[in-house]
Amino acid sequence: MFISMNWISDFVDLSGIDKIELINKFSLSTAEVENEIFFKGSNISGIVAAEIKSVEPHPESRKLHLLKVDAGDGELVDVVCGAPNVRVGMKTAFAKLGAQIGDITIAPRKLAGYTSNGMCCSEKEIGISDSNDGIMDITDDIPVGTDLKSVYQIDDIVFEVDNKSLTNRPDLWGHYGIAREIAALAGRELRPLDMADLSVYDNLGKVDLKIEDPLCQRYSCLKFGNISVHKSPVNMRIRLFYCGMRALNFLADLTNYLMLEMGQPMHAFDSRKVEKIRIKRFDKPFTFKTLDGTDRAIDENTLMICNGDIPVAIAGIMGGLDSEIVEDTSTLTLESATFDAASIRKSTVRLSHRTDASQRYEKSLDPELTVAAIARFVKLLTEIDPSAKVVSALTDEYAFKYPPVTLKFTKSFVNRYTGIDIDNDTILKTLRSLGFGAELCGDEFTVNVPSWRATKDVTIKADIIEEITRIYGYDNFDIHTAEAPLYPVRDAQEKTDEDRIKDILVKRYSMHELHSYIWAYHDEYKELGIETEKNVELINSSNPNIKTLRRSIVPTQLCQLKYNISFDTDVSVFEIGRVVEGLKEDGLCNEHKKLAVTIYSKTKDTEKIYFELIDILSVIADDIKHEALSFEKAEASHSYQHPKNLNKIYCAGHLLGEIGIVNASAAKKIDKKANIVYAEIDVEEFAKIKNAGIHYAEPSKFPEIEIDLSFISASFAPIAKAIENANCSLVKSVGVADTYEDESGRSVTVRILFSHPEKTLTKEEVASVVNGIVSDLAAQGIRMKAE
Amino acid sequence: MSEKTNEVRLAFLAALDAVSSADELEKIRVEYVGKKGYVTELLKEMKSLSNEEKKTFGQAVNVLKNEVNDKIAEKREEIKQKEIELENNRMPEFDVSMPANLKRGSYHPITLVQRQCEEIFRSMGFTVEDYSEIVTDYECFESLNIPKNHPARDMQDTYYLDNGQLLKTQTSAAQNAIYKKYRDQLINEGKPIKAIFPGRCFRNEATDACHENTFFQMEGVMVDKNISISNLIFFMKTMLSEVFRKDIKVRLRPGFFPFVEPGFELDISCLICGGDGCPSCKHSGWLELCPCGMIHPEVLKAGGIDPEEYTGFAFGLGLTRLAMMKYGVKDIRDLNSGNLKSLSQFTDDK
Repeated sequence: MFISMNWISDFVDLSGIDKIELINKFSLSTAEVENEIFFKGSNISGIVAAEIKSVEPHPESRKLHLLKVDAGDGELVDVVCGAPNVRVGMKTAFAKLGAQIGDITIAPRKLAGYTSNGMCCSEKEIGISDSNDGIMDITDDIPVGTDLKSVYQIDDIVFEVDNKSLTNRPDLWGHYGIAREIAALAGRELRPLDMADLSVYDNLGKVDLKIEDPLCQRYSCLKFGNISVHKSPVNMRIRLFYCGMRALNFLADLTNYLMLEMGQPMHAFDSRKVEKIRIKRFDKPFTFKTLDGTDRAIDENTLMICNGDIPVAIAGIMGGLDSEIVEDTSTLTLESATFDAASIRKSTVRLSHRTDASQRYEKSLDPELTVAAIARFVKLLTEIDPSAKVVSALTDEYAFKYPPVTLKFTKSFVNRYTGIDIDNDTILKTLRSLGFGAELCGDEFTVNVPSWRATKDVTIKADIIEEITRIYGYDNFDIHTAEAPLYPVRDAQEKTDEDRIKDILVKRYSMHELHSYIWAYHDEYKELGIETEKNVELINSSNPNIKTLRRSIVPTQLCQLKYNISFDTDVSVFEIGRVVEGLKEDGLCNEHKKLAVTIYSKTKDTEKIYFELIDILSVIADDIKHEALSFEKAEASHSYQHPKNLNKIYCAGHLLGEIGIVNASAAKKIDKKANIVYAEIDVEEFAKIKNAGIHYAEPSKFPEIEIDLSFISASFAPIAKAIENANCSLVKSVGVADTYEDESGRSVTVRILFSHPEKTLTKEEVASVVNGIVSDLAAQGIRMKAE
Repeated sequence: MSEKTNEVRLAFLAALDAVSSADELEKIRVEYVGKKGYVTELLKEMKSLSNEEKKTFGQAVNVLKNEVNDKIAEKREEIKQKEIELENNRMPEFDVSMPANLKRGSYHPITLVQRQCEEIFRSMGFTVEDYSEIVTDYECFESLNIPKNHPARDMQDTYYLDNGQLLKTQTSAAQNAIYKKYRDQLINEGKPIKAIFPGRCFRNEATDACHENTFFQMEGVMVDKNISISNLIFFMKTMLSEVFRKDIKVRLRPGFFPFVEPGFELDISCLICGGDGCPSCKHSGWLELCPCGMIHPEVLKAGGIDPEEYTGFAFGLGLTRLAMMKYGVKDIRDLNSGNLKSLSQFTDDK
């Protein structure tokens, strides 16, 4: 919304005040002002009123005329002018020699052979409207030679307030409300609005009016006629234009002017079309033509203004074409009303049609404004057009009144909330300057919220704090830290685990952390031959590729990998992110936080990177929980999984997730030569595992004995199990020294380290343990490999 | 007999002189002082000598033997030194101008800025919380004083799910749960609630270089008996000065958010021009950075905290925006692209 400082000055004396500083203050205390401030008229000078004394056709040009102009300097000036509307006796805006219009300095100039000693200007040229049809036609009685800036408010400072920052301030949608803020910030008085006394019309007949729907809070109206002015005064048109509105005709301009001044939208109907004003909704949908000529679909929730049963306007949004003022309209009915904000907002959304009026109604306007706006309207109307007559009594139905809001609080409340000491007088003065009734009795403040702030904006004590502090100025706050007792704090286990996992993966294994979206990548999946699994769906996404939530990070990671094959021959990436595994019993999403790791290699075979990944996961488990992992064969159930070597991962009895190979069909589409393995584990489940801690064992001072045993076995598992079953305290560590494959099958060489804390072990002692293990395995058919 | 001794001595010295390796030296040692060495053999000749002569000769041979042993030891040391020298010489001079191999892993830039922020708040006694990405209407709106029909809900930028839940549009969605988690400690033990909760948020909007449907925020709250606006400004200024590692000027403007009252828009002095005005701050000298405010009494109430007794502040920081500002990332979409050419550069930053 654009704000004119001239307009503000109607209500606040700003003499001697730096206006730019004031605007900055407004931005910091009230609502955000856009950066650019417009200095209207600053690039215009030397424009005077001049009379065209004669008009001759230009001998060389059909468009141009040769004029003699009286610019008040005693001598007539020769001017060449191309405007179509020149006529003798016309008064216009004239740029004399030396005048400034933007970057141009007016100098004698030859036009088709004739010298022009000045320029007749259009309103657009002097920046006061966008009308460029012809030169300005001045009808006001001003002497020739008068500098137009001395009679018209061409010079102005205009700033733009960000509408978003006015969402909660219905009172700031007009200049008068802004002026109230400016007055408070400048420490000046706010002048009352000059209004007509409407009681003088009480003896005239009332308008037939009935509110038939609770969505209309108040409806005020008045009939008037005998309008003789058709074009608005120049200053009014300048203000409208500077505030971003086009001047149309006097009545339309005046309703707009009132809206920009008081924030109250108004509408004038042809009285013949609104003899019985009824405000209601209809049971059935229908089509309605608004005054912009558009057919709009009206449903049963849209509040309408009607003449009896005939709709004439969409309440709070736009008037109808049929009830518009036309040439032969003699009597007009002026509407000034308040409607339910939510209803207007919803209708606006349904109709996808937002107007200057609906924009204001959506903010919950003060119903007290309706009559005041009519009184102000009548004042301006009769001032500008003395022939205008009011022909009805003010008719006003006030169906819904907001309850008055009174708030009580103490000085200590203010101190506690602000953390600073603002003195009582400042509190009272600030609130009063903003129109609040404020009294201090003993230690207690009693504040009456003015109607324009009481529709939703100010309802609780904390709202009053804002009023006091924003005017006090946040820059003036003495800032200090909080006084609070100290306690140790610890992050959630999950958070700590997550950070450590990331560190291990990045620092130790040189992996790259990525982020991917929470939804399945439909299109990219298709390219890789991965199907999108059924899951919870987004219902209002406009992007067809954003539809289904992902069940796993792995496929999204594979999609990302595809774009990185040129990055390196070997790429390892990971993400800690969220997935949704359908719904829980309570109907809410079964959301889990997962770690997904993918290793991609063109230089190493699948087995090698698969075991690298097992090592990585084992280090994570050992480092963070001091626990080992175990694996259990699983069946492939997702389209990207290889049928073999898919294993569930367990740790300390918790099922953490899976490790597997990306099947050939997907892998080949990513890169022909690539081997890809992945693992996904549940970070929340991992967090539940208790850290087993470090169990320190005093190293034996006696020599250790190392024994290598080779067994023919497809798996290390039974060997490990047999060693564990031996349950021998002398076994200090077990490792695999080698594996070997030949025609007799796969052999595994285990290396067992024996030691005793208090003595040197004998060969016999070790042999008895080894024999036990060997015979245990032999019983299962696992033989030692012959040397 | 002394001639004989001398002969052996001279022969030894000549032989030793010709020695150049440990093996040759050992050979000579055996030749002279071994069991059948020349020096040892000399002693055998003593049998034929008188007692007087035996004594003199014996002494002379012993002197010779000692000399031979000493000389050999000396020579051995000399050869060893030479070998070390030779070995040292074999070591080539390296070309240290070769580029170093910097191949290593990387963190997502969000992780880096998130950790920096977390560290600052941990040092001031805040806990770091985590929260789900899919939330209920109650968590995201209702509990935050955004009732049904509130204009804030009309903004068509929430992703709704077919089960009635939604993707959280703001980290504030965790506020209610955090109040409930810590309210007993606050009320019974007098422990202030001090928490930050970074998280991923979602908005249903078209993406371009400046807009993403998926981004990170970090929210923070502090609730206690006397938390004030003055405290809020202090914490914001301190945090942001730490984040940017320089003294940051902040200013507050009124801002409307239903879950705070008063609510503020917090601006910081432009990081590029320091406040003089430049294209990146649109010549205003300020950057709008983080909405904040005093927690709305209704929000505290919804969290089971009596607003008459307790007050608090809350703030939201755009981690994604912060990461972009900090590292000069121009296109927001790079962050979720998975493109390692871009993302692998964020090795670490503490």
